[in-house]
Amino acid sequence: MKQKRRVRVMVAKPGLDGHDRGARIIARAYRDAGFEVVYTGLHQTPEEIVEAAIQEDVDMIGLSSLAGAHKYLFLAVVELLREKAADDIVVCGGGIIPDDDIKRLKESGVKEVFTPGTPLDDIVKWVKHNITPRQD
Amino acid sequence: MNDIVEKVVAGDVRTVARLIRDIDDGMPEVRGILKDLYPHTGKAYVIGITGAPGVGKSTLVDQMVAHLRKRDKTVGVLAVDPTSPFSGGAILGDRVRMQRHSMDQGVFIRSLATRGHFGGLTQSTRSAIDVFDAMGKDYILVETVGVGQDEVDVVRSAHTTVIVVIPGMGDDIQAIKAGILEIGDIFLINKADREGSDKTLSDLRLMIEMDHKKYDRGEWKPPILKIQAVFDKGVAEFIDEIDKHAKYLAETAGGLDFRESKSKVRQELGEMIKARLIEEVIDRLTESGDFDRAVESIINGKIDPYTACENLVLPIVS
Repeated sequence: MKQKRRVRVMVAKPGLDGHDRGARIIARAYRDAGFEVVYTGLHQTPEEIVEAAIQEDVDMIGLSSLAGAHKYLFLAVVELLREKAADDIVVCGGGIIPDDDIKRLKESGVKEVFTPGTPLDDIVKWVKHNITPRQD
Repeated sequence: MNDIVEKVVAGDVRTVARLIRDIDDGMPEVRGILKDLYPHTGKAYVIGITGAPGVGKSTLVDQMVAHLRKRDKTVGVLAVDPTSPFSGGAILGDRVRMQRHSMDQGVFIRSLATRGHFGGLTQSTRSAIDVFDAMGKDYILVETVGVGQDEVDVVRSAHTTVIVVIPGMGDDIQAIKAGILEIGDIFLINKADREGSDKTLSDLRLMIEMDHKKYDRGEWKPPILKIQAVFDKGVAEFIDEIDKHAKYLAETAGGLDFRESKSKVRQELGEMIKARLIEEVIDRLTESGDFDRAVESIINGKIDPYTACENLVLPIVS
């Protein structure tokens, strides 16, 4: 069967933050949009997330953080992907993140950041527009 | 292409991860690679784990990985989760229970979605097993939800097939009876601290004892173990039973290399032909537009689906 490539994404919760309802809802929305979603669960280190993303060959990592450590954690993921020559994997983030930090994150390689109140449809639409399954 | 084969055999994680996706996505280029990988397979020991949703398969697999790693064995895990029939998407959540192994270079965990392609799950999972095998993993654990023929076929192709149940699902065992009970080499009653585990044990024992003639002839008698995977209780004993089953296969049931087993090769080749035929036929019919035209004709009442099917298939195969 000549299949079209499916978009594969990973939804991950880095750090000590234990609030995963948002991440789960995002995962569900991605599934309903037809993506394959690997969910890693809570309390992941950036190293674990990057290793899992490489093993799963995902096109995007969606990181969720509501506990304030997003700058360190998100950028650590971006940096590790670069180190492992896997920076074709897009990194996005979501959570309670101040505007100044969003600017800084985007400058450093996080492709997009979604804050509370963003409609799920908008997030899904963004992914559909900006993430294409690996072509090579 | 040979470059990819070399990298897989050398155990390169990124190459393997990408190849498995290419297999899953049905990229035609992978056929050549799989052909070249075949001589490098046949060394891994494959364990299939199946059971209803929520019986604790992923937790069990996580503990198995820990035990096998203590013995210095490398492990590949294929965790299959269902694709939504409505959206085509899937939530692959088995990793949640296994993430503690993600930094371990001796462990490769890969989530697969069932995707609902025609008999393709069996095919693509088996190819993924071959890839893990060629990359040198000692053990390959395949976890599927035990519903649907495809999922059952996947675990059936393992060296050792493990059926996981939990107490208090009497009717569930009834369901399993008809489908997957006869394929189990080892039965586990997980969450055995729950009420009703003795009842489940005696139900299973009764089912297995009914085949006593087979065991009298020296065939493998499936053991039943009570375990509590989340507390790692009974898992070591379970691994010992896998060893015993491996020994049985090696000494009395024709050896461990699938490639030398007539029944396995028959089964595998048969499935491969089936998958390839369907692929070629459907591709041809959709490309020529005959498929869509037949659909229209059926809807307009010009033809019945039985005749339409014959008209489409017979010219191709004759």
